[in-house]
Amino acid sequence: MKKLAVLGLVVSSIALAQFTPRNPECIAPAGAGGGWDFTCRSVSQVMQDLKIVVQPIKTTNVTGAGGGVAYANVVTQRGDDANLIVAASPATTVRLAQGQFSRFTERDVRWLGAVAADFGLVAVKADAPWKTMQELVAAWKADPSKIAVGGGSAVGGQDHMKVLLLGRAAGIEPRSVKYVPFDGGGQALTSLLGNFIQVFAGDASELRAQVEAGTVRVLGIMSPRRLPAPFASVPTLRELGYNVEWVVWRGFYVPRNMPAPAFEFWSRALRQVERSPEWTRVREQNSLGQFFMAGAEFQVFIDRQVAQFRNLSRELGIIR
Amino acid sequence: MDILQALLNGFGVAFQPFNLLVVVLGCLVGTLIGVLPGIGPISGVALLVPLTFALDMPPGSALILLAGIYYGAMYGGSTTSILLNIPGETSSVVTAIDGNKLAKQGQAGPALAMAAWGSFIAGTLSVVGLMTLGPLLAQWAIRFGPAEYFALMVFGFSTLSALAGKNMFKALIATGFGLMLSTVGQDPQSGISRYTFGLLELEDGMDFLVVAIGLFAVSEVLTILEEKTPGALRAQVGRIFLSFKDFMGSLMTILRSSVLGFLIGVLPGAGASIASFVSYTTEKRLLGARGRFGEGDLRGVAAPESANNAAAGGAMIPLLTLGLPGSGTTAIMLGALVSLGVTPGPQMFQQHPDVVWGLIASMYVGNAVLLLLNLPLVGLFVRLLAVPAWFLIPAVLAISFIGVYAVNNNPFDLLLMTVFGLLGYLMRKLDFPLAPVLLGLVLGYLMEINLRRAMTISDGNLGYLFSSPIAVVLWVLAVVSLFSPMLIARFRKQGLGGNDEL
Repeated sequence: MKKLAVLGLVVSSIALAQFTPRNPECIAPAGAGGGWDFTCRSVSQVMQDLKIVVQPIKTTNVTGAGGGVAYANVVTQRGDDANLIVAASPATTVRLAQGQFSRFTERDVRWLGAVAADFGLVAVKADAPWKTMQELVAAWKADPSKIAVGGGSAVGGQDHMKVLLLGRAAGIEPRSVKYVPFDGGGQALTSLLGNFIQVFAGDASELRAQVEAGTVRVLGIMSPRRLPAPFASVPTLRELGYNVEWVVWRGFYVPRNMPAPAFEFWSRALRQVERSPEWTRVREQNSLGQFFMAGAEFQVFIDRQVAQFRNLSRELGIIR
Repeated sequence: MDILQALLNGFGVAFQPFNLLVVVLGCLVGTLIGVLPGIGPISGVALLVPLTFALDMPPGSALILLAGIYYGAMYGGSTTSILLNIPGETSSVVTAIDGNKLAKQGQAGPALAMAAWGSFIAGTLSVVGLMTLGPLLAQWAIRFGPAEYFALMVFGFSTLSALAGKNMFKALIATGFGLMLSTVGQDPQSGISRYTFGLLELEDGMDFLVVAIGLFAVSEVLTILEEKTPGALRAQVGRIFLSFKDFMGSLMTILRSSVLGFLIGVLPGAGASIASFVSYTTEKRLLGARGRFGEGDLRGVAAPESANNAAAGGAMIPLLTLGLPGSGTTAIMLGALVSLGVTPGPQMFQQHPDVVWGLIASMYVGNAVLLLLNLPLVGLFVRLLAVPAWFLIPAVLAISFIGVYAVNNNPFDLLLMTVFGLLGYLMRKLDFPLAPVLLGLVLGYLMEINLRRAMTISDGNLGYLFSSPIAVVLWVLAVVSLFSPMLIARFRKQGLGGNDEL
């Protein structure tokens, strides 16, 4: 049964695309073990399992500047490479929006697609006095200096933006928000449990262990719909009346002048990955939600996201 | 009694043939990763996580494998530090100071053996600590906030005189330079780039290992080039075995550094490199004139190598008992465990005793395996020094370049390393000590970011830095440590200096 399905996929990919990648490569623009590294390795593995690619896709970690070094490298040196995909996420678009990739913009590459998503959330310690988001917001509004919010990203990064967005939706002046940056979600979480900060802003996948252990209380999740267990009882911010979503999509960009058959091949490959039970298993194992977009639709999505982040960063006073 | 029963069950798990195989594999891979400069435990663990999925490993075996790589890497890191003055891991940078001096004196064998024994004892002690004090220490670790970390870093700097060499003034300049280097890159508190000159490659700051290899290894090769007889500065094969007397002379150092390294390792924000620095400087200060630290003292190898292994054991505590990853490596282990259906945290000891106790038992086994693996390797590695200088010296450069490239896969780092090589050469010529630069670099970032976190949280109230008992104790320790050289000097004059052991 499974063999037949695989055979079908092989036949369809041969029939529909004339391109066969040679020595394909996936650049993870950060070190081993991070989110981009995971995106590269897991998608490559599934593509190999599904026989979409014959040669295994090699993952290269090109670290630096939150993906900026890899971005510059792809734009300037590999602008027409047909065998290269690069892992990306909103961490990429936020930095592009804030002009952190030196002179390069979102137009310098071609956006391929996204195959999964993590979602932002806001949590407090299990024994914190605030049982609901409304209670937290009320206390926060009453005296913003009493609430220190910590996250795993630098000022202006994703976790900070989440806090500011929530603050704005709740009517809290951005400048009065106390944001404390940590080196990764783990350290921010440690500080939350040690009562050094009152609120934690991060992603659902980071918090699964703590939620299952019952040491933190998630007050709101920044997804379009509720997430499965252990987050099933957590309301979305939208349900609570705050118009805030933070979708941490996991996807790829490719060199801007990638030949059309190659681009066609890779978009189709992503679609096949996303529809496969193998991918569903990988997603669920890693607490990632369903999210798929590719081709022109994704390009529009990215253009809109970067513009939105740019406006937001200006409004929130992160860039001028 | 409960613990003994649980441990016995743990050994039952660890001695299953598959788990024995897995622990040996983990230790082997870990040693290899440790020996290769540039490739750290984090990459090793990340690369083997998919293997645990592919082989459908039970969570217990997966954790045994990943942990084996983690502490195994701490064993191997000393090898190139000692033999070639090329630090294998960030946590083995300090080892190079005395280790390489020893190698040049024909003591490479004892130094490597000392590293293995120190690692073994510290590793084993840290498992005992993990087993008996785990949950207790975890509660202590989360009491470390920005103010406490800041005080800890101040304490780290208070031991600076241990790295100073002859001239304190020059050491201060070198430390200041290290502190300046630590400010390069994106400032997390404001998101603004500092001293990057618009170079994207500098956004993440200077990589510790790149700077260390440049300052130590490259500058040394440049110095050797000047020598008329290049053989003179080269390490010699010399003695291979560690004498019982040397071992006993270092035993107290190993024990003290194990405790210190373990405690620092438990703290999620500190880690093995800081543990190795602080234990080295502390030991040097404690031993005073009785030691020959900086000129080739076996205890200068024993201290950092014990500390970094103990720290690796300590780092498992917040991971297992609270589900909190303190380092990149433990973060990957956490991710892998959650994927395999085991949620680390307060309930883990009850819900998955086989996993926890299997891991603990496997760590005893693993440390023994590592000792048995590393001691015979000493003889093999030492023979590397017998290769002729015309081959060895270019090889040192080649290994440095490959190692540095492996850190970030970034050619820019090669340039940076070369610049630091030249700088190190100049500093050697002008008689500036090199180690304080690294101390400034490794402590500077944490010191700054934690001070600023503290100021954000307290709205700029300086009193916050002294507001907890832990912080106050650390401040007192820092003051004592700062003035202790004078006190020790006074004691010694009164004839209380103790006997010379070396």
